Amino acid sequence: MTQLLVETRGLRKYFNTSRGKLHAVDGVDFSIEEGKTLGIVGESGCGKSTLGRVILRLTDATEGEVLYQGKDILTYGRKKMLDMRKKMQMIFQDPYASLNPRMTVSEIIAEPIRIMKTLEDKQQINRRVYQMMNVVGLSGRLVNAYPHELDGGRRQRIGVARALAVDPAFIVCDEPVSALDVSIQAQILNMLMDLQEEFGLTYMFITHDLSVVKHISDDIGVMYLGQCVELSSSRQLFERPLHPYTQALLDAIPMPDPDHAMGEILKGEVTSPIEPSPGCRFANRCKHAHEACLGQDIPVYQPFPGHQVKCVLYQEGAE
Amino acid sequence: MSEAFFTIQDLWVRYVTDHETVYAVNGLSLSLKRGQTLGLVGETGAGKTTTALSIMRLLPPRVSRVDQGNILFNGVSLMDLSEEEMRRVRGEKIAMIYQDPMTSLNPVMTVGDQVQEVLELHKKQSRRALYKRVDELFAMVGIPPDRKKEYPHQFSGGMKQRIVIAMALACEPELLIADEPTTALDVTIQAQVLQMIAKLKDELDTSMLLITHDLGVVAQTCDMVAIMYAGKIIESGTVHDIFHNKDHHPYTEGLFGSIPKLTVESRRLSPIEGLMPDPTNLPDGCAFAGRCPACMPICMAQEPDYCQRASHAIKCHLFTGENRGEAV
Repeated sequence: MTQLLVETRGLRKYFNTSRGKLHAVDGVDFSIEEGKTLGIVGESGCGKSTLGRVILRLTDATEGEVLYQGKDILTYGRKKMLDMRKKMQMIFQDPYASLNPRMTVSEIIAEPIRIMKTLEDKQQINRRVYQMMNVVGLSGRLVNAYPHELDGGRRQRIGVARALAVDPAFIVCDEPVSALDVSIQAQILNMLMDLQEEFGLTYMFITHDLSVVKHISDDIGVMYLGQCVELSSSRQLFERPLHPYTQALLDAIPMPDPDHAMGEILKGEVTSPIEPSPGCRFANRCKHAHEACLGQDIPVYQPFPGHQVKCVLYQEGAE
Repeated sequence: MSEAFFTIQDLWVRYVTDHETVYAVNGLSLSLKRGQTLGLVGETGAGKTTTALSIMRLLPPRVSRVDQGNILFNGVSLMDLSEEEMRRVRGEKIAMIYQDPMTSLNPVMTVGDQVQEVLELHKKQSRRALYKRVDELFAMVGIPPDRKKEYPHQFSGGMKQRIVIAMALACEPELLIADEPTTALDVTIQAQVLQMIAKLKDELDTSMLLITHDLGVVAQTCDMVAIMYAGKIIESGTVHDIFHNKDHHPYTEGLFGSIPKLTVESRRLSPIEGLMPDPTNLPDGCAFAGRCPACMPICMAQEPDYCQRASHAIKCHLFTGENRGEAV
């Protein structure tokens, strides 16, 4: 058994709004083994990005623990946290918005090195920048280019180089390919997988695209309105999706085959995450919904080893 | 089957600025029969949106140049119409759904007024008939009509896109141009919207030009497919030609290889290496040659013709001239 690198326990993040508390992340437990990838899938507003930010402490959690190699980093002070950031980095969604337009490529990649002082010597920093550009497949002549001169794929490579510059062990990838064209998307995904092998990286890969997540993940967590409704290995999730929401999500993907008929289409939309009433949050769109789904919080069941699901259909003894 | 009622013939569009000339559409031809859906597929910068804007005659006035080509709609050339006549076609005969529902609605006008505006411009009718029609349209796209007094920010993305669709269908257009109508939406909402567009299209017997980069969406909704690269159509045919035939343009193969497949167990994707050629400086010969795994000397020198087999056309040297038949 390999070592657990990152683990969350009862993680919650509520935002205060004028209409009450918005439950962005509401009790999420998962763990990622070293060198593996956990995919987090969900639709907009399900709290997947907030989850990533809370784990990196870019937003403070309301409750719960984030363990890195067994230690709760939420209790760390400023200085200790800065040290932690060398180990945990992030790749952002929009390569058009996440790079400072007034900085050159080399300044962008060198910035985390300078802030975290992993290298002090100017020449060493420079060498590191070139090394990183090489690793992500950017030609050295772009070192003084500005982001606007580059296309989306190259910009996202800068984002990756910036995250790798301080030699992290854990990277949160927040929709790193959703703003890119399919052919470029495939290039970046392949690169991320190569880098994982080369540097033994651990990823948390946040996306709304199930086909992308299948490709890159070892384990997958499906989120709906702040809760993780299903968690299992990637293979099991696609072979035997248990939660009705996961099934609907899989059915909704248009298959590139004209003879493949569309599955049943999910009705309705996501309800408000502000002060949700207890019970299954998917109940109002679920075709299996009955009284047991409402009124009390649904516990996590484990109908098969390693396959967790938050749905009363899998209650013990139930059929 | 009926004859083509909408045709684009050899369209060339450039954008000219002081610094450079962007060759956006380079000799594009396509045709559409009544009631059909044509999927126009391509990546960013392939010229899909420029094509759509040329049809609507909404290209940015100062920088764009239509050098050549004709667009025929019911036998009438849209290029020859006066601005006044064009205004009557736009929205009434040909309507467009824009990509981003978040920005294509007016934020300071109620959604009811926005739908009503389209009707006021095109159809003379009494107030009462007008209000009734607005209610009908809202019901048609699945929004309770009593929400028409609300503003766009009070709706979710999927709901906004429904309102945009209601506006586009208000005058029961003969041709609907949908520019990436579901790209900004979540998958479950995308499925709802696609299903609704297909249903309404059938009811109103509208033809549709669906612009998208998602081959899954194409397979589920289109009758015909045209694949664009660097301003040209490089492969076209029926949806079965594109998805089931063995022979394809190498770019099409690359596109299919790039999609992560749900049904196949493989860890690496096979992307197309390199980037789309710079549209300000297009290469001689085939525009895809620089990225093509099957590139031959002739590809660099000479632009290939279309190789036509029944309804399936491929613009590639692999399938033309002496190479015909021995291609992979």
